[in-house]
Amino acid sequence: MGWIGDTVDSVKSIQIRQLLTQAVSLGMIVTSALIIWKALMCITGSESPVVVVLSGSMEPGFKRGDILFLHMSKDPIRAGEIVVFNVDGREIPIVHRVIKVHEREDTGEVDVLTKGDNNYGDDRLLYAQGQLWLQRHHIMGRAVGFLPYVGWVTIIMTEKPIIKVGFRILTGP
Amino acid sequence: MHSFGYRANALLTFALTILALMCAIASFSDNLNHPSPAAQVQVLNINWFQKQPNGNDEVSMTLNISADLQSLFTWNTKQVSMTLNISADLQSLFTWNTKQISLWDGIIPAKENAKFWIHTSNKYRFIDQGSNLRGKEFNLTLHWHVMPKTGKMFANKVVMSGYRLPEEYR
Repeated sequence: MGWIGDTVDSVKSIQIRQLLTQAVSLGMIVTSALIIWKALMCITGSESPVVVVLSGSMEPGFKRGDILFLHMSKDPIRAGEIVVFNVDGREIPIVHRVIKVHEREDTGEVDVLTKGDNNYGDDRLLYAQGQLWLQRHHIMGRAVGFLPYVGWVTIIMTEKPIIKVGFRILTGP
Repeated sequence: MHSFGYRANALLTFALTILALMCAIASFSDNLNHPSPAAQVQVLNINWFQKQPNGNDEVSMTLNISADLQSLFTWNTKQVSMTLNISADLQSLFTWNTKQISLWDGIIPAKENAKFWIHTSNKYRFIDQGSNLRGKEFNLTLHWHVMPKTGKMFANKVVMSGYRLPEEYR
């Protein structure tokens, strides 16, 4: 009777210990991911330092599923650079090349026009109704680094919910 | 402790670490390349130079661009994109609203195409905000952006100065 009770107790304690270890390691993963993200935000000065390319408008340079690292500095925006911008009324940021920069002498405000390498015309059709130029506050950062294919993980996760559920089940405790 | 799941997890983590390391090394190897690109641009003709009805100046010109960017290509280079910008000369910076406009751009997909010359009129319209372009000096700058297969992007430029717009509309 005695050794059976001991065994049951030891099995229970191992399970509790395993469960705790799993919970702690899960917490470590979540917090370290958060730390890395926030640190990148501080270093790059951009509110979203990493973006996934969702469209083919910059092919053959950037394909769908590639990852771009952004940097937001005080340097003036120059024609020829690849920037990521947010248009009012659109949730998804766009990655395109700058083709025109105008600057007012008195206020220093900039007017920027962009175009996708793979698009025929400029981006005025993508901007908000009646908007002709991008201003400084629309621009989230310029692309400085590139990593191919990695973004497919997030694209698949967001666009195929079944796989997301399956992934959760596989990795869940 | 040595179940299938644990081993698969360890293998995946190891494989991803090695892959990340290889990407980092590939990106770093670009620093060992010291390119010496060359470019030259001639303005052959001012096709037209006029004031639009809304008061903005518009210029159209014919350009001859020749460049040799072969030395920019390394084994980690996917493509090189070029942009030819027109920008204000330093002295006239404060009288010219327009900071920079792309006149032409292009993409070089491979090293074999990196030595070229092209005879073209400006691909994008050159319109100033305002009408004070007459007689202004300008610079032409050829920027190139190296897009790597993985890692850091590089950019550099050549500035060519000493161009001047005509004193009169034509």
